[in-house]
Amino acid sequence: MKTDIKSTLENYIFVLPAVVIFSVFYIIPFIAVFMLGFYEWDGILALKDAMFIGLANFKEIFFQDPSWWQAMWNATYITLIALTLQNIVAFLLAWACDREIRCKNFYRVVFFIPPVLSEMVVGMAWRFIINDVDGANLVNRMLISIGLPQLVHSWLSDPKTALTTVAVVHCWKGFGWGFLIFLAGLQTIPRELYEAARVDGANAWHSFKNITIPMMLPVIVLVAILTVLGTMQAFVLIIGLVGGELAGHTSVPVLRILASMRGSSRFGYACAQGISFGMVLVIISFIQYRFSKHTRQA
Amino acid sequence: MKTGAYYKIKKIAINTLIHLFLISVAITCLYPLLWMISSSLKTQETIFRDISLFPHQFHFENYVLAWQEGGFGRNFLNSIIYTTSVVVGIVIVSSLAAYAFSRLTFPGRNVLFIMFMAAMMIPIPGSFVALYLLLNKLHLRNTPVGYILCMINVGLSTSIFLLKTFFDKMPKELEDAARIDGCSKLGIWRHVALPLAKPVLAVVVVFNALNVWNEYVLALIIFDSRNFMPLQVALQTFQGEFITRYPLLMAGLTITALPIIIVYLLMQKYIVKGVTQGAVVG
Repeated sequence: MKTDIKSTLENYIFVLPAVVIFSVFYIIPFIAVFMLGFYEWDGILALKDAMFIGLANFKEIFFQDPSWWQAMWNATYITLIALTLQNIVAFLLAWACDREIRCKNFYRVVFFIPPVLSEMVVGMAWRFIINDVDGANLVNRMLISIGLPQLVHSWLSDPKTALTTVAVVHCWKGFGWGFLIFLAGLQTIPRELYEAARVDGANAWHSFKNITIPMMLPVIVLVAILTVLGTMQAFVLIIGLVGGELAGHTSVPVLRILASMRGSSRFGYACAQGISFGMVLVIISFIQYRFSKHTRQA
Repeated sequence: MKTGAYYKIKKIAINTLIHLFLISVAITCLYPLLWMISSSLKTQETIFRDISLFPHQFHFENYVLAWQEGGFGRNFLNSIIYTTSVVVGIVIVSSLAAYAFSRLTFPGRNVLFIMFMAAMMIPIPGSFVALYLLLNKLHLRNTPVGYILCMINVGLSTSIFLLKTFFDKMPKELEDAARIDGCSKLGIWRHVALPLAKPVLAVVVVFNALNVWNEYVLALIIFDSRNFMPLQVALQTFQGEFITRYPLLMAGLTITALPIIIVYLLMQKYIVKGVTQGAVVG
């Protein structure tokens, strides 16, 4: 009996470091975010003097904070472009690589280089390529050299084009993820299905539409979920691209949270924004999860 | 009736089109990076005039300037220290826990494991606000230890998941043999389980190393002094100071990006494995 207890205690030692770190750096902050969301607090006063204001923060987010909704819309816009442009390119590339072709490995290695780079590096490098020093940066000079000088533009400074430019750079950085997952999915489709279809007289389009797409549906939904969750929360890339002068037309929710905390020192409000945004993300992934279950049964 | 030659030509045409598509995307991936590296070797005068990818003269002194004048050497060292400490920490802490979740029994085992897994699924976008306050309270803000502990926590759940999945499939015979030979539980973890888990540990190491090296927001809010900052945050200060000195800035970006590209090229087998496995997690 005594050895039993000793043995159990020994087993606890294995999980102890993980549980301690997790409790201090995940559970406590998690609870703190939920509590602080109901307070007005500048982070300077002692926490016990912070003012409890109930749901006022949430009311303000929903009804009195147009910059928050602008940021939500911006993130949604970038996400919609990533869902379509980025994932369609990723799928086509994976489909093109899923056959006996030369240099397959080279392509696979190259397509995943942008995803391993940091958002900061990608943002700052693209800023140099696309925006700095009008007329002399790489993109604008290319436009001039192919005879389209009328398109020369400060892509990131002009509020009309800034958000789309951010979205395109985001897709450049992100399509490699989708590509790898799609390729892994395509490789699990048995070749015999394609053979059988060809024997039955199906052309390439028919096999694509009737074999590839239905077999890939779970993978497509999975990539869609990952794209939405990843893109909605992306923000470092935007700091790298537009730098310090963060303007409203390229702001996203996480940047608003950061601004509430560092700019206006409203810690409670920042937490309330975090809760609202977290809820939105959980709801989105839940809907997509239900949807994917549904399609898998069908 | 179409002849064999027709199909052959058609096949060649399709293959050419596919290669054109793939090559054009590959160039789109590589050109901006080559342009960044090439710009880092030009001078302030030639950077906007010399549009060739291979400048006439290589100005490697930009790197020396960024390293010394820009103080990048210090930040590079910081990034190396943070990345190594966090990865070592995660490997030890998560493999201990994963081994226990897979092989040892104790009350509350499943509840604890589910807790770790739930953390992987639930996003808390505002968590850095609370972490900032917490570290302030613990007097760990603006210290490397505070940052390292936070980052160990960030990688914990996924690493435990990957390792537990592996341990679950590992045959028990070797451990039984070690136990009969009088090996303690900790000894079995260290001398039997860990060596067998090398392939998964490689995935854990590579992914967490990428993650820590590229991390930005926690480093931004935790560190005030330039001396502690890792590269990703220092880049911004650097940009502020050298706003018009583009070759230096490009050298700074290259210094930050190159280690990760090299690690990726060497370990890409494990990265592909991790992405496809990690996708199953989500």
